[in-house]
Amino acid sequence: MRHLLSTQDVTQSEALAILDTARELAQVADRPVKKLPTLRGRTVVNLFFEDSTRTRISFEAAAKRLSADVINFSAKGSSLSKGESLKDTALTLQAMGADAVVIRHQASGAAHRLANSDWIHGAVINAGDGTHEHPTQALLDAYTMRDHLRDGQGSLEGLNVVIVGDVLHSRVARSNVWLLDTLGADVTLVAPPTLLPVGVGQWPCRISYDLDAAIPEADAVMMLRVQNERMNASYFPSARSIAALRAWTPHGWRAARPRDRHAPRTHESWDGDHCRCGRRRPVGHRRAGDQRRQRAHGRALPAAGEATTGKR
Amino acid sequence: MTPDQEFLTDSDINRAVVRIAHEILERNRGADNLVLLGIPRRGVPLAKRIAAAMSGIEGREVPAGALDVGMYRDDLRLRPTVALHPTVIPGGDITGKTVVLVDDVLFSGRTTRAAMDALSGAGRPRAVQLAVLVDRGHRDLPIRADYVGKNLPTSRDDDVQVTLTETDGTDAVRLVRAGGN
Repeated sequence: MRHLLSTQDVTQSEALAILDTARELAQVADRPVKKLPTLRGRTVVNLFFEDSTRTRISFEAAAKRLSADVINFSAKGSSLSKGESLKDTALTLQAMGADAVVIRHQASGAAHRLANSDWIHGAVINAGDGTHEHPTQALLDAYTMRDHLRDGQGSLEGLNVVIVGDVLHSRVARSNVWLLDTLGADVTLVAPPTLLPVGVGQWPCRISYDLDAAIPEADAVMMLRVQNERMNASYFPSARSIAALRAWTPHGWRAARPRDRHAPRTHESWDGDHCRCGRRRPVGHRRAGDQRRQRAHGRALPAAGEATTGKR
Repeated sequence: MTPDQEFLTDSDINRAVVRIAHEILERNRGADNLVLLGIPRRGVPLAKRIAAAMSGIEGREVPAGALDVGMYRDDLRLRPTVALHPTVIPGGDITGKTVVLVDDVLFSGRTTRAAMDALSGAGRPRAVQLAVLVDRGHRDLPIRADYVGKNLPTSRDDDVQVTLTETDGTDAVRLVRAGGN
């Protein structure tokens, strides 16, 4: 495997090898010397055309712990504002001898273009391209589920995973559907029809419009936020109407079976206050969204939470 | 054109393990502060066997663990990716201990070098010793073993195959001559 562009390219044995490696590497953080010499003398470029906190810091920390030299590029403050194109940037990186490029870009397919052009000879890792894919996040989500529900062993055969929310704009949902299917899990997407992409019927998953019906069957639930910043049209009448899907809130979460309350919730689930208003904090909720996401979140979702609270 | 030769049988391996256990105890004057670390895969069960033999002789538990060296190799770019194995450090720390590295075959010495680097990432041992079941020669580095089960003269292209009950079902050391079969 030369590049990591999409979870569709990853076979089950490759995915399991990555998850097993991650499990062993996680131990490195507990050692006195938190560094391995594996990538010594290699150069890794983090190419971030889109804002990111967690992903960029994670990639930087990972490369540094493997002893690579890391160069961070972010669109803000670069020559992009002078009209430099992706190709110009890529050729500069090639001249610098980048062994690996981690790219996040607002355009779907940017990572693919970089990997399959002649601009650059290093390995390309997709850290999120538009609304297309975010394979490393999907691998991390799979790692979390495997860790909590399968003791970090084997595949995810027979696991029921419900992904609920703005699937249309979610690259994480796409990557997760393919990867979880590869790992043997059964995936159900829950969203209003307007927030499901065209052609979703071809994906290896079930579709449901009723979260209350899907949750009791779920071993793990992934909540996707509403990506206001990507919306250029009305996809639902109001935040209040979304809140009508009762279980989009922590209160609805409690309606789930006791077993499910211990199921890991991964990725951009409810931030801050929303989580605290639930009686117990679900296992596996550990990451707050990045700032811009929180802002977008803050606009759309408190209304949903309050609406439900008011109803009770 | 020589067919496979079985150089060590299961009872030979047992005797070698017991002898190495005695030698380690003799050299270190007992099992105080000793930790055995096997290098995956087959060094790990060997370390356990030697530790069990030492425990039997000393009448107290001798700790044995595992030290994965995959990420410390200098030939990572030349080989296909290999899976990592767990690293288990008994007691969590090796600082001040005498560590005996255990592996099945000593060949180029590169695995041992990688293991010494891996050790420095896990702490600062008082001393490091090396025990191997088979020393087949042809070192690329200035490394020698402190305890050797069997010295096996080979040509560089020969293949030494070690199988252990824990990993492969049977105990044996075979030598497959280059150009054989």
